Amino acid sequence: MQRLFYYPSAVFGLLIVLLLVTLAIYAMVKIPYNEAIRLWRGGEAVWYQNPKFAAPAWINYFSSKKYAESFAVKTNDGTLQSEFTPGAEGTSTLIANHTFDFSYDTYPQDMILYFKSEYLEKQPFVSIEWLTPDDRAVRIANIAISKEFTYRFAQDEKLKNRLRTDDIIASLFSDPETGFPIKGQYQLLITGTTFEPGSTINAEYVFHGQVYGLAGTDQARRDLMVPLLWGAPIALTFGLIASLGSSVLTMIIAAVGTWYAGWVDELIQRITEINLVLPFLSILIMVGTFYSRSIWVILGATIALSIFTGAIKSFRSIFLQVKESMYIEAARAYGASGPRIVFLYLIPRMIPLLIPGLVSSVPAFVFLEASLAVLGLGDPVLPTWGKIIQDANSNGALYRGYYYWILEPTVLLMITGLGFAMLGFALDRIFNPKLREI
Amino acid sequence: MAVVSQHVSDPSVGPKDSARKSTFLRVSRYVIVRLLTLFVTVVIGIYLTIVIANMGGFVDTIMKGEIRDRVTQTIINNQAYQSMEPEVRQKLIQDTIAAEEERRGLNVPIAVRNFRYLSNALTLNLGRAINMTSDSGSKQVRLILLERLPATLLLMGISQLFLFFSSILLALNLSRRYGNFWDKLVVTLSPTSAVPPWFYGIFLILIFAALLKVLPFGGMVDSPPPPTAFEYSMSLLKHLALPTLSLVLSSFFLSIYNYRTFFLIYSSEDYVDMAKAKGLPARDVERKYILRPTLPNIITNFALLIITLWTGATITETVFLWPGLGRTLFQAIGLFDIPIIVGSTIIYAYLLAMTVFLLDFIYSLVDPRVKVGG
Repeated sequence: MQRLFYYPSAVFGLLIVLLLVTLAIYAMVKIPYNEAIRLWRGGEAVWYQNPKFAAPAWINYFSSKKYAESFAVKTNDGTLQSEFTPGAEGTSTLIANHTFDFSYDTYPQDMILYFKSEYLEKQPFVSIEWLTPDDRAVRIANIAISKEFTYRFAQDEKLKNRLRTDDIIASLFSDPETGFPIKGQYQLLITGTTFEPGSTINAEYVFHGQVYGLAGTDQARRDLMVPLLWGAPIALTFGLIASLGSSVLTMIIAAVGTWYAGWVDELIQRITEINLVLPFLSILIMVGTFYSRSIWVILGATIALSIFTGAIKSFRSIFLQVKESMYIEAARAYGASGPRIVFLYLIPRMIPLLIPGLVSSVPAFVFLEASLAVLGLGDPVLPTWGKIIQDANSNGALYRGYYYWILEPTVLLMITGLGFAMLGFALDRIFNPKLREI
Repeated sequence: MAVVSQHVSDPSVGPKDSARKSTFLRVSRYVIVRLLTLFVTVVIGIYLTIVIANMGGFVDTIMKGEIRDRVTQTIINNQAYQSMEPEVRQKLIQDTIAAEEERRGLNVPIAVRNFRYLSNALTLNLGRAINMTSDSGSKQVRLILLERLPATLLLMGISQLFLFFSSILLALNLSRRYGNFWDKLVVTLSPTSAVPPWFYGIFLILIFAALLKVLPFGGMVDSPPPPTAFEYSMSLLKHLALPTLSLVLSSFFLSIYNYRTFFLIYSSEDYVDMAKAKGLPARDVERKYILRPTLPNIITNFALLIITLWTGATITETVFLWPGLGRTLFQAIGLFDIPIIVGSTIIYAYLLAMTVFLLDFIYSLVDPRVKVGG
C-alpha cells in the first residue's frame, strides 16, 4: 500500500477523492437532505430574493466590467433600517431607508418591494422615494397597500410616463444627461403611515443584480450552490454503490460458477452471452422513461445489467487457476464445505485484484447517472450535477452565454472522473506486477 | 511399381482422409452447436428486450390512456359533432378508441403480442412504427432506420476508424521507445478517457461554437441545405467536426495506452529478443513477431468496432442534434415506439451473434495454435 505514494497520479487522485468525500460530508451537514429537497423543489416562494440566470459573484474579480451584485433586506430582521413612531389619533409612521453602494457597470435585473401589513379596515399608505449620488430625489410611488402587496419598479406604468423611459431600472441608476450608470451611494426611502392602532407595515427590498453568490442561479432563481454541493454525495453514492455492487456480485457469481462447475457454470456463461445482446443504455433509458426515474431503481437496473459482463469471464479464468492451488486442496482435504471454500478461500484471494477495477469503474457510473440526467431521465427529486447540465442545456445556456451554468457541474464531474481514474490506474499498476515492469 | 505405389499410397491416403473426415465432423458439429446456442441467446435476448420495452404491459396502460384522452378531446372539440346526441357521440368515441387500439394491436393480449413481435423480429420483418415517421413520410421501421443509418455510419465510421488505426500505429511507435516523453504523456493523459464523449462535446461546443463562433452548435447541414454538392459537403464537414472530435478525444489516449501496454507485453517475449539478437530490422520484428501474435485481439476489437458503428452514440448524437440511429432510438423510447426499439436491437443482436460466430473461424485462420471446436 505504501507503494501508492510513489505514483504522483495516485497521490493526486487520492487527494481528489478525499476532497470529494469531504465536500459530500460538508454538503450533507450544511444542508440536511430534507432541506436540500425543499430548496431544490422550491419555486418563487423560496427563491424570490434571487435573480434569474445570474453568474457567480466572483466573476467580478476577473471581468473589467463589474456586474451588480444581488441583495435583499427586510425590516423584520433589521437589515432594512426602520423606525416605527406612533402619532396622533391612532396613526403611526414608519420610516425605512436603505443606503447602499452601487459601483457597477451594469444595471440590476430588477428591484422589487414586498409589503406585508396588518390592518382591519383602513389600508396603510406608503410613499417611496429614491435618492441618487448626484443628489436627485426621484418620487417613485405613493400607494395604499393591501395585506400582502408587491411593488415592482420595472412594471410601474405611471413611473414610466413620469420618467419618460421604457426601462425604469436603467433610468434610476443612470445620469439623465449621458445615460451612463452613476456610481456611488443610493438611498431608498420608504415612508409609511398606518391609520389604525395596532396596524403595522413590514417591508422587504429585493435587489436582483446580475450576479449572485458563489455559484450563480438558474432559470428558477435557485441558488446553484445547492445542487453543486448535493451533487457530490449523490454522485459518489451512485458511483461507489454501483461499482461495488456490480464488481462484488460479479466476483461472487464467478467464484460460485467455477467452484461448482457443471450446469451452474454453464448457466452463468449463457446468461453472460444473453446480457451481451441486451442494449445496456437503451434498457436504462426505457426503465427511466416507462417505469421510474428514481435514482434507486436506475441504480438497481444498472447493477443488474453490469453483473454478467466480460468481467465475469476474466474472474472465471483466474478462479480456475486458484481452484487448483495447494491451499484449496488442503481445505478440501480437511473437509471444508463448498460455501466455506468459495467465501473464505477463493474470494479473499481475489480482493486485491478487485480493487483497481472497482475504483476505475466508478467514473463510468458517475457519468452514467449524469448522462441519464442530460437525457432528461434524472431523478425528479434529487439535485444532481447532471440535472444542472440538463437544465442549462434545455435553457440554451451555451447559446445565450450563461457559461458558468454549464461549466460548474461539468468541471466538478470531470474532476471526479479524473480523480477516480488516476487512482484506479495507479492501483492497477501496483496490483498487476506485469504492468508495473513496463 | 504399380503395386508398390498402391501399397504406399493406400496407408498414406487412409489416415489423411480420416483426419480430414474427423476435422470435418468436429467443425460441423461445432458449427451446429455454436449456431444453435447463439440463436437461442439471440431469441432470449430479444424476448427480454421486448418484455422490457413494454414493461410487462405497463406501456399498454400508458398508450391506452393516451389514446382515450386524445380521441375524446378531438371528438368533443370537433364542431361537426357538436349537434350529435350524447349517446351517439359516446358510441363514436368508443368505436374510434377501439379502432385506434386495434391499429396499434392493443386489443391482442400482451403475451401473444410479445411472441408476434419476437417472431417478426427474428425474421427481420420489422413492420411499421407506431408514432415515428421517416423524413420521407414512411412509417416502415426499415425505412426509418435506413434513413438514419448514413448519418450514424458517417459520424461513427470516421471517428472509430480513425481512432482504431491511429491508436494502433501510435502504440506500435510508442512501444518501440517506451519511457520517452511522448510515452509518459500518453500514460499521464490516459485517465482523461474516464470522461464520456458527450462531455467533451459540451466543452467543444462552448469553445468553438459559443466563444469562437467558427463551427455550428449542432445538426448535420446548414438550414436550408446548400444547393451545390460541393457546398453541401463543406457544410457537412463543418457540422461533422465537433462530434467526431469529441468521440475521438474521449477514447484516444486510453486506446493508445491499452494497445501500447499490450504490445509491450508481447514484445517482452523471448522470441522477440531472439529476433532482435538475430539482427532482424525493427520493421520486421514489429510486423512478424509482435503484431502477428496479437492479431486475434486486434481483429476482435475491430469486429466489435464495426458493431458499435451500427448502434451509434446515443448521447453524443443527442447533444449535437445529429440525426443518427442513436438519437432515433432515444426518440423512439420517448414515444413508446416498440417496433423501432425492437428493430434496432434485433439488428444489433444478429450482428453481434454473427461476429462472435465468425471470430472463432478467423482466430483459427490467423493463429495456427487455435483449433475450431478443439
